[in-house]
Amino acid sequence: MSFSIPANLASKESYSTKVSQNGITSQATFTVKTGLAQNLKGGVIMDVVNAEQARIAEEAGACAVMALERVPADIRIQGGVARMSDPKMIKEIKEAVTIPVMAKVRIGHFVEAQILESIGIDYIDESEVLTPADEENHINKHNYKVPFVCGAKNLGEALRRINEGAAMIRTKGEAGTGNVVEAVRHMRTITREIRKASLMSEEELFSYAKELQAPYNLLKETAKLRRLPVVNFSAGGLATPADAAMMMQLGCDGVFVGSGIFKSGDPAKRAKAIVQAVTHFDDPKILAEVSEDLGDAMVGINIDTLSDDQLLSKRGW
Amino acid sequence: MVRTCNDFQQVQPQFKFGVLALQGAFQEHIHMLQNISQVSSAIPIRKAEQLETIDALIIPGGESTTMALIAERSGLMEPLRKFVRDEKPTWGTCAGMILLANEANKVKKGGQDLIGGLNITVNRNQFGSQIDSFESLLHINHITTSSDDLFPAIFIRAPIISSINSSNVEVLARLEHDIGETDASSIVAVRQGSLLGTAFHPELTNDDRIHKYFVQLTQDHYNTGKGRNE
Repeated sequence: MSFSIPANLASKESYSTKVSQNGITSQATFTVKTGLAQNLKGGVIMDVVNAEQARIAEEAGACAVMALERVPADIRIQGGVARMSDPKMIKEIKEAVTIPVMAKVRIGHFVEAQILESIGIDYIDESEVLTPADEENHINKHNYKVPFVCGAKNLGEALRRINEGAAMIRTKGEAGTGNVVEAVRHMRTITREIRKASLMSEEELFSYAKELQAPYNLLKETAKLRRLPVVNFSAGGLATPADAAMMMQLGCDGVFVGSGIFKSGDPAKRAKAIVQAVTHFDDPKILAEVSEDLGDAMVGINIDTLSDDQLLSKRGW
Repeated sequence: MVRTCNDFQQVQPQFKFGVLALQGAFQEHIHMLQNISQVSSAIPIRKAEQLETIDALIIPGGESTTMALIAERSGLMEPLRKFVRDEKPTWGTCAGMILLANEANKVKKGGQDLIGGLNITVNRNQFGSQIDSFESLLHINHITTSSDDLFPAIFIRAPIISSINSSNVEVLARLEHDIGETDASSIVAVRQGSLLGTAFHPELTNDDRIHKYFVQLTQDHYNTGKGRNE
């Protein structure tokens, strides 16, 4: 399956979308997969563990929800193997809301992905937050009708995921910490690497592709486009409206908020505030208004107190 | 375009376009508008006062519930209704068409606020979940002329127009093929005066014919003597 850049994601592109020219309707094309991601832009995708939380998220203005059994903060505390959620719980969430419902599968667990596809999930997150099922291979995402989003810490990782069929990327951050520092690091890394690539000659790009362990063709498209060639959200540690707005100003297309909402003092209010903050990310006056009186934020963890094996962002290859 | 030699009209009319930028694929519309010659500027709209500076508006695809909630909280709902009531050209794509409809079915629990204006009823999320999203080539009135230049229509968790509630509403396009349980005759694009609604996403293609048509509608609208922003 060939890669084609989503239309109008960036200006001044000279790509043509490949819509089937035989008049026959086609499903699950890359255009349709990236199309949903383009529609989610400027929005907040919230982690929810039951139908009630999903309704709170929808009323707050979430553009999608991520159905999972335990939010990352609880996975950290409780430990054990974290897996795909019970399909029954996902179905209940789907029943409760009209916005898209996403769910997570373990890295490399292609059967969990088949199961989620069969119950009509809208997007699959092949996620480092769950315990990996394969320490070498990610899922071949071209094989599915349902689109995938994957985490990345740097440009090479993002382009490898796109090469495997991911239709959307999210920077990993460090989930379940309430600490935005890793999200910033990953976003800045990707931006810096794209800026570097965009100044390179073709000869240099060959060598840079090798250095990043990225497919050359995708790197070349990225360099031309001056942005990731699919929609890129920020994730992992965002806990406040200011965190979300900062990630938007750093150039992401939207945000995932996991533990940050339902581990805080007043989830409904905080959720609304983060939604407003993502829309009005460049207006400090509005950001000040929505940041007022939100109650307690999630406590948060300093990343440097975590040992290497507690760092979720190191998972994925 | 031919320029006239008239001293009083040396350049073709230029119009200011806005794209509602609360959530969704607004940047894609802006990128497309920026390449059309009669468009002097295409700006994202997030505040009521910005609405007063534009001649025509596009409400993009995204989540209609999200956009309606943010619009309400940002004090934009009434100004948007006024914009449409004042007959300023407005085009809604997908979620944008839902917001422009006077009635919507299959809305979230507790209902959904709409801008209204288009005298139609829409069914939200007609086709099912994302795996039922699709692309298809369509005949569209005023846009396509033969079977050789059909329009590439991309339907993402798309709505359809389940009924037309006024004779002022013109049907521009139908599905043409049965999709799942949805009949081929289902209406997917309409026009009512200077209001336009499409269930699909022209901004997710590189085909700018509907964008140009909307710009033309805007030009015709203001040429018939209605005041515009200078």
